[in-house]
Amino acid sequence: MKVTVHVMLKTGVLDPQGEAVRHALGALGFDGVNGVRQGKVIELDLAEGTSEADVEAMCERLLANTVIESYRVDMP
Amino acid sequence: MKAAVVVFPGSNCDRDLAVAFKAAGAEVEMVWHKDTDLPAGVDIVGVPGGFSFGDYLRCGAIAANSPICRAVKAHADRGGYVLGVCNGFQVLTETGVLPGALLRNAGLKYICKTVRLRVETEMSDYLHGYGEGDEIDIPIAHHDGNYFADKETLSRLRGGDQIAFTYVDNPNGSCDDIAGILSENRRVLGMMPHPERAADLGHGGTDGQALFRAVAGQLTAA
Repeated sequence: MKVTVHVMLKTGVLDPQGEAVRHALGALGFDGVNGVRQGKVIELDLAEGTSEADVEAMCERLLANTVIESYRVDMP
Repeated sequence: MKAAVVVFPGSNCDRDLAVAFKAAGAEVEMVWHKDTDLPAGVDIVGVPGGFSFGDYLRCGAIAANSPICRAVKAHADRGGYVLGVCNGFQVLTETGVLPGALLRNAGLKYICKTVRLRVETEMSDYLHGYGEGDEIDIPIAHHDGNYFADKETLSRLRGGDQIAFTYVDNPNGSCDDIAGILSENRRVLGMMPHPERAADLGHGGTDGQALFRAVAGQLTAA
């Protein structure tokens, strides 16, 4: 079972990498890029029947640092 | 004083930290990340700088979940002393022993230079060798040293006099110029700058020496 976890910096936490990407897009001539936020996507290959609660526990304990990051779990 | 210095795969300041503790009079034992217990009678644990587990996932995240870190957290929870430097500070925030988190430097660059710090409090067994307001020169070497904490946490740190050091000229975007913080019980110190790299005349500066001498003196006396 493939489960995808999206991890993003929380709103209000400065994302200097996203900001650098925004600048670079502007330098390439792409106008109107008002903001870029960069996060990560983690694909998990899990045993059938793994519960969403288990995946949330994985996020809380390791995959995301909830001091600075939020996460979203996409179950199949 | 008996010190234990933790070694993770990718630690690279472990020996320097051990040398600084020894020079201050401590007996030092190295502990491996797979060890489940600290050596008996350890007064202080040093969590060194480096790139534990290649900084995979987040700096310090994998190390924070290693067997030895459960023992380090239990030591801190019992009121034991812990000094985390650079990657060690990141590990301590990831374990939740210290509040906040370390983000990528605001300028995105790895910074390796000596910076000036202001000592924000001397009310600590680590810091009483300095005076409040003293300015000291300590090297930094990090890519992710941008200290972040939410407003409530920052005001709690300020209210509790838990800010140990601030940058005189903020190099990395840290909230409130914070370079190092103390735990509520003042026995855990986490800092991005490397006092162990300014602890010998050969280093070109000795401003970090007072920190090791202070805590060694305190723990020997106790």
